[in-house]
Amino acid sequence: MKVLVAVKRVIDYNVKIRVKADHSDVDLTNVKMAMNPFCEIAVEEAVRLKEKGVATEVVAVTVGPKAAQEQLRTALALGADRAIHIETDERAESLAVAKLLAKVVDEEQPGMVILGKQAIDTDNNQTGQMLAALTNLPQGTFASEVAVDGDKVHVTREIDGGLQTVALTLPAIVTTDLRLNEPRYAKLPDIMKAKKKPMDVKTPADLGVEVASKVSLLKVESPAERKGGIKVASVDELIDKLKNEAKVL
Amino acid sequence: MSILVLADLHEGQLAGATAHVVAAAKAIGGDIDVLVAGEGVQAAAEAAAKLDGVSKVRVADNAVYAHQLAEPMGALLVELADGYTHVLASASTTGKNVLPRLAALKDVSQLSDVLAVDSADTFKRPIYAGNAIATVKSDDALKVITVRTTGFDAVGDGGSATIEAIDTVVDNAQSSFFKQELAESDRPELGGAKVVISGGRGMGNGENFKLLDGIADKLGAAIGASRAAVDAGFVPNDMQVGQTGKIVAPELYIAVGISGAIQHLAGMKDSKVIVAINKDDEAPIFQVADYGLVGDLFEILPELEGKL
Repeated sequence: MKVLVAVKRVIDYNVKIRVKADHSDVDLTNVKMAMNPFCEIAVEEAVRLKEKGVATEVVAVTVGPKAAQEQLRTALALGADRAIHIETDERAESLAVAKLLAKVVDEEQPGMVILGKQAIDTDNNQTGQMLAALTNLPQGTFASEVAVDGDKVHVTREIDGGLQTVALTLPAIVTTDLRLNEPRYAKLPDIMKAKKKPMDVKTPADLGVEVASKVSLLKVESPAERKGGIKVASVDELIDKLKNEAKVL
Repeated sequence: MSILVLADLHEGQLAGATAHVVAAAKAIGGDIDVLVAGEGVQAAAEAAAKLDGVSKVRVADNAVYAHQLAEPMGALLVELADGYTHVLASASTTGKNVLPRLAALKDVSQLSDVLAVDSADTFKRPIYAGNAIATVKSDDALKVITVRTTGFDAVGDGGSATIEAIDTVVDNAQSSFFKQELAESDRPELGGAKVVISGGRGMGNGENFKLLDGIADKLGAAIGASRAAVDAGFVPNDMQVGQTGKIVAPELYIAVGISGAIQHLAGMKDSKVIVAINKDDEAPIFQVADYGLVGDLFEILPELEGKL
């Protein structure tokens, strides 16, 4: 079967972000960008499915500005066969991305779509579920194990309090949690080869999807700073402070 | 305004998170109905009816809703959503799994992890691992929202809502429950505990987490862990506090052998008082800690347990 994997270009997770002085958004000028960590796990899982002979082709897709092609090239270097770039400079919310991906699912007819569980910029955790709803497919979210068995897939999910395994009929949508796998690094020869792999570029208009959303971002602020604390010298002093100063014991 | 709150269930019982979501619904204002969907959930419905501010509890008790799988839950919510201006659920794994399905089926956006209500259409939510707070306004006819429970104080008991059975049954041929492995614990639930003590990579191994047990017992605390401790295999992942684990905001948070990576801080920096115990006095955790104690945790923990 064909596996479609969605990736997102986000701020590198090691970067300490800064809010713009006018509070309009986070400042992303000259900031290091990378593939969202949960998407790396999604690409890795798709490539492993191909290595096991379960997947026949891995197609990477992204929605974003022209620069997002870097992340598609990374996915190609990691083992994806071809890529689809849906180019837009607009701020695409989860619902718009899910609608765009649904069109791609319609065209490509994959047996499975793998996405990260959330992007570390907007922290929404919505796109995979929305895509499942729009394509009328079952969903296995927050997956820590994916096992394809004939026309079904068993997905072990990380839920509050433990693990839950569900059986889904294929095609299905899967979103990755951290412990699903450990993504590999791209090797230099593969990075070179990835430059020659095919990449289709489309626009939201080509797919007939409106990107604009009814949610507007009014303001972005830094969270309240915690005031600096003190270092205590001993366990006795710690207990004393907690009892008499903080009054939490 | 009329608000539907999806109740959180834990093994068929009403989970504490629901009382926090009802508080968020009260902040929005309007009539509040609670939906209890599952199998064998009469007791949960009765518990929900006692929550302050709830006018009606709607109960969908059917095998198709057992384990609250996303596909039937999404279909049920779509049936019920008409007539409501807001649908709320906690940002638990169930809420996160189910609500975006409803939003997409209704062709509206979802606001995730809302931690404050400015007005009926304007909310605050954290972005970038809690390093920025966004104020967002939704002009959608239906607002679909998951609520960060630590942002709202739980409502009390004392209500007496009416309970009404819903006979809507949806089909689900696409997904089925296979099995579940829940971690067993006698301690308070991590998300609702007043005191949390967490261990990190500095604990060295899983066995050493026992050093936290005695202190947790004396303080009535839940035990958590950093992602590093979980990834190292010391403890199961449902103990993880952080951006990708549980978000907690207890009265007292004690971080032991935890360096304080951004991803961990996102899960605990709204705690009232933070204590850090770490041998590295440069560890970033000390920048957010109210009280820091530099030293060897293997000496400090037994002493602390003895003196509490």
